[in-house]
Parts: sequence; structure tokens; C-alpha cells
Amino acid sequence: MDWFYSFPKMNDETLRNLKKSMDEGFKAFTRSYGDVIESFFQPLQYFLIQAEKFMTTTPWPLMVLLIAGIAWIASRNWKIVAGTILTLLLIGYFDMWSDAMKTIAMIFVGTVVSIVVGIPIGIIMARSDTVQRVVNPILDVMQTMPSFVYLIPVVMLLGIGKVPGLIAVVIYAIPPMIRLTNLGIRLVDKDVLEAADAFGSSSWQRLKNVQIPLALPTIMAGINQTIMMALAMVVIASMIGVQGLGQPVLRSVNGQFFSLGLFNGLAIVGIAIIFDRVSQAYGMRLQKHQEVVHG
Amino acid sequence: MADRSVQGAGIQIKNLYKIFGQKPGTYVDAVKKGMTKTELNEKYNHVLGLRDINIDMPAGCIQVVMGLSGSGKSTLIRHINRLIDPTVGEVIIGDADVCKMNQNDLREFRRHKTAMVFQKFALLPHRTVLDNTVYGLEIQGLSRAKQEEQARRWIERVGLKGFEDNYPNQLSGGMQQRVGLARALTNDAPILLMDEAFSALDPLIRMDMQSVLLDLQKEIKKTVVFITHDLDEALRLGDRIAILRDGEVVQQGTGQDIVLKPADEYISSFVKEVNRGRVIMVDTISTKGDGAATAGGVTVKTGTILEEAAKTMTDANQQHATVVDESGKPMGVISMNSLIQAMVTPISHLTVQAAE
Repeated sequence: MDWFYSFPKMNDETLRNLKKSMDEGFKAFTRSYGDVIESFFQPLQYFLIQAEKFMTTTPWPLMVLLIAGIAWIASRNWKIVAGTILTLLLIGYFDMWSDAMKTIAMIFVGTVVSIVVGIPIGIIMARSDTVQRVVNPILDVMQTMPSFVYLIPVVMLLGIGKVPGLIAVVIYAIPPMIRLTNLGIRLVDKDVLEAADAFGSSSWQRLKNVQIPLALPTIMAGINQTIMMALAMVVIASMIGVQGLGQPVLRSVNGQFFSLGLFNGLAIVGIAIIFDRVSQAYGMRLQKHQEVVHG
Repeated sequence: MADRSVQGAGIQIKNLYKIFGQKPGTYVDAVKKGMTKTELNEKYNHVLGLRDINIDMPAGCIQVVMGLSGSGKSTLIRHINRLIDPTVGEVIIGDADVCKMNQNDLREFRRHKTAMVFQKFALLPHRTVLDNTVYGLEIQGLSRAKQEEQARRWIERVGLKGFEDNYPNQLSGGMQQRVGLARALTNDAPILLMDEAFSALDPLIRMDMQSVLLDLQKEIKKTVVFITHDLDEALRLGDRIAILRDGEVVQQGTGQDIVLKPADEYISSFVKEVNRGRVIMVDTISTKGDGAATAGGVTVKTGTILEEAAKTMTDANQQHATVVDESGKPMGVISMNSLIQAMVTPISHLTVQAAE
């Protein structure tokens, strides 16, 4: 009855060998393809460095004006703009300006990459049930796999630095973008699609004139979620050398500096609220045609 | 332009079958041999949509297809621009069979030969009235100036001038369907498909839209296929009417044919509710003879409906009238008696009602 009380597990020797061969296999893969993969991500690194350079070298009053300007264009709401300016000034006053700018640069690049990669995947997924069946479980894994686990191979391949951090952020943040693009397109009114067909739309015309515009509110919700999730990854990404507000938080955990952690944490929250309100207000403005209803 | 579009725009539907299900092709022969809709559904889990449809729709006429829900009428109209593929059969327009077109030809056919109006309007909610109306021409790739020129003309024609920059949400149902109509007409296609276009509108607006359509048709002379579940609407609009039941055509002909000679009890049960005075024409009841003596100078034109004839006669306080042709030549006589007799629902139809 021994097997009843202790689980009949794999032979220790075999298990050790299995792990060893997997590790060695991946190491060999890293050695032979690491450079190729690194050069593949070169443009990403360039983009990231440029964004960060722009954010940190522009004088702060101009930066505040620029961000406030974007907030105004997107939301057309004075309260949101005032809140944005106040949050930025507070962050600067508490000596977190440069870190905050680095974080914003990271979030910006991460979100742009997620949108550029995520929307086309979402569209393909909406067009084919087979693709949906394949992609959905992958997205589940991406969202539930603890981020530390996929940090290991990323660091092995690309070393420590901005790009692996960005990849970690994108892996974590892209699923809502893909899912909500897919959902938005699938929910487009069948009657309107039929009308588009009846007038002889090609499939590109259908996508451009009907599916994307009608799915846009859902896609905007996806972008909003992606930004929020990217921000949530800031602290974890700092463990592999991403600079920004995450670094001081990490230090405060190691050294038990309560106030340092609190201030930086609040700065992340502040930035999150700015992004959230601005992107949501923009999403609402896109649906202006739905607000005015015949009485 | 209008002449060119009328030519070759007649629609012939030949031996059309539609079976819905996993393997529709397998059951065509069985259905042709007479398997019923119920049997097909219960034994083989396939739904019979249309059975052996043969309709010849002449160019420039309004062909109404009438049936209750589930009769297959919406399925039928979608075969004309092949939004639904037939199981077997032919839909011949001009000299081409729509069912045999490849994707490219079909797209070109839909762009240039047909335009459609939908029951639920199916407007693009994020586009203004003007931008909705240009849709067909935009798809064709015309210049924006051309698109707008056409669109504005039709927007004005359907009575929506001044609403060009409104969104569909801001308009009432009737106005939204005017946009749907303007969008279809802007396409300037010889065939206009209207799928229960007015069914979602309230009765007064519906009458109003029917008048708009009849007025327009005098000018545009398109081949209109109009789907409805309402016999009054069918009789008012249709040059020809086909009645569908359970995917089969049970009767086709002019409105008068159907009211005067219903093919079976199913149709009689519809027809008994119809205001006959507005459908039947004086020609049907006129008797040969020189009316001049008895008619007292009252004349009615051929093709006048009974109700109007009755009004003319009562206004003139006469018991008889002469039916004359377009040039005013006498064709026959009608009497008030025969008029009333024809307007009252015959007993044979009432017994159907009692039997139910």
C-alpha cells in the first residue's frame, strides 16, 4: 500500500536528467541564437532609448505643458487637465521627476508595441475560429504564468536591461489588447455587416469602414487595460534593470524604507490615474455619435 | 441613364432550392421527390428554406414577395444578391446567373446592379446621414465630389434636407429608413431590394414611406423586389405579388388576381381582411354595352379602383357610370349595385373564417 500514501513519482535520476537536458538545450539555443535575437530587438531598444532621452532631457516646464496639452486634446476636460498638472508637479516636488519620466517612457513604448502587435492579432483572431482556439490558451498562459518565470529565459537570451524589461511588460500587458480587439470585432452588429456586404464591400473595406469603427470603443477599453497592466509591471521589470519608479520601490523593500516605497508607489498610482482618465475620456469622445439620442 | 438600367434588369428565379444544415446537397433529391419540411427536419435535422421557387420579375416593376415569418421570404430576397448561397437553382439577371459568379464578379454585381434597404435600417452609427448615403459610391471608388453630389440629391428627394450632418441616433425610425432608402437610391443600381423595409415603422409613417416609394418609382422605374408580411402593403405597392408559405410559392399574380381568385384557403384567410374597394379595379366588374344612355354622363377611367369610382358616382348622385380608356373611348358600364357587390367580402371567403 505504499503507493497509496506517497505519490508514485518519476524516478529522481530521470527527473534530474530531464531538467538538465532542458537547461542545457536552452543554453545551447541561447549561445547560438542569442546574438540574432538581440539584433532583432535592436530597433526596439533604439525606440526605447530615444523615448527615454526625450522625456528626461526636455526641460520639465515644457514636459508638463506637453503632457497637459495631450490630456486636453484627448479629453477636452479641464478637471482632468488640472489633475494631470497637479500630479506631475507633486511628483517633481518630491524629487521623483527623472524616475517618473523614465517610467512614462517605458509605459509609452510598451503600450505602442502592444497596440501595434495586439490589434492585428486580435483582427486575425476575430476572423477565424481556429486561430481563436489556438490563441486563447496562449493568452491565458501569458496572463497567469508568474512573470518571474518568463523573465528567466528572457534574461538568458538578452541579458539584463531595458529591452528584456520591455518584453516582460509587453507579454504581461498585451493580452487585454488582443482579447478586446477580438471581442469588439465579433460583437459588431450582423445587420450592419450584411449591409456592407450587400453594397459590395471588399473585406478590407468592411474592416476599415465597419468593423474597426464599430469595435473602437471596445478596442479603446483594451488600450486602457493594457496601459494599466504595463504600469503594474514597472516594479517587477525593475528587478531586471529597468530604470524608473520601480527601482526605488525595490530598494525600499530590500532596506525597509517605508517612506521611500510609499512616495514612489503613490507616484505610480498618480501616473496610472492620469493615463486611465485621459484614455477613458478619449474613448468616450470617440462615441460621441451614440450620446445624442432621438427623443 | 434610366433606360439603360431598366434593360436587362429583370430577374428570373428558376427551380431554386435552399436547405439549411450540415450537408444540404444530400437531401435535394429527396425534397424534389416530395419530402416534407417536417419530415426533413425531424428525420435528418435539416431545415427546408425554399422549395422549387420559380418567379419571373419583369424589369421596371415592383414585385412583392409576401409571407408570414418563417415563410422564407427574407431568405429568398438574399438569394438575389447572393447574401445567401442557394443549394440548387438559378437566379438570372440580364444574361448572368448570380449563383455562378466568382467572388470578384459578385462584388462588382453588388456594387453596380443592386442596392438594398433593410428592415432594421442597418445604418453605420458612427457616420452622419451624408456619409451613410455616399457609402455605396464610396465603395465603388468614385470621387468625393461625385459621391456628395448624388447623395445630396437623394437626401433632398427623400425629404431629409437639413439633416445631412446628423447621426442616425438623432433621427426617428421613419427618418432613419429614409436614410436607408437614400443610401440605396444613391447607388443608382437597376435593382432595388427591400427587405421588410417598412415593417419596423408605425402605421402612419409606413403609409407615408409607401407613398414616397410609389412616387419615386414613377420616376426611377427600377426593378423593385419588396418583401413584406402585410397584405395591404403588398396590394398597395405590388405590380405583381408572390405569396410564400413554408418556403413554397402558393400563388403569384397581380393584386386583383389574388383578391378575386385566392388559390387556396390559406390565401383566402388573408384576403378576407382586405379592403377590396382599394384593390379591385372597375374593369373587373364593367359590363359591355353602351352606357351613355344610362350612365348620365359620369365617366371613370380604366384602372380606377372601386372606392374612387364609388366616390365619383355618389358625388354626381348617379347609379351608373361609363368606364373609358385613356383616350376617353367608352369601354363598358358599371352600376352602383355591382360596385357594392364587389366591395363586400364574398360569402365563400367568410365560410373559411367560420371554419377556422
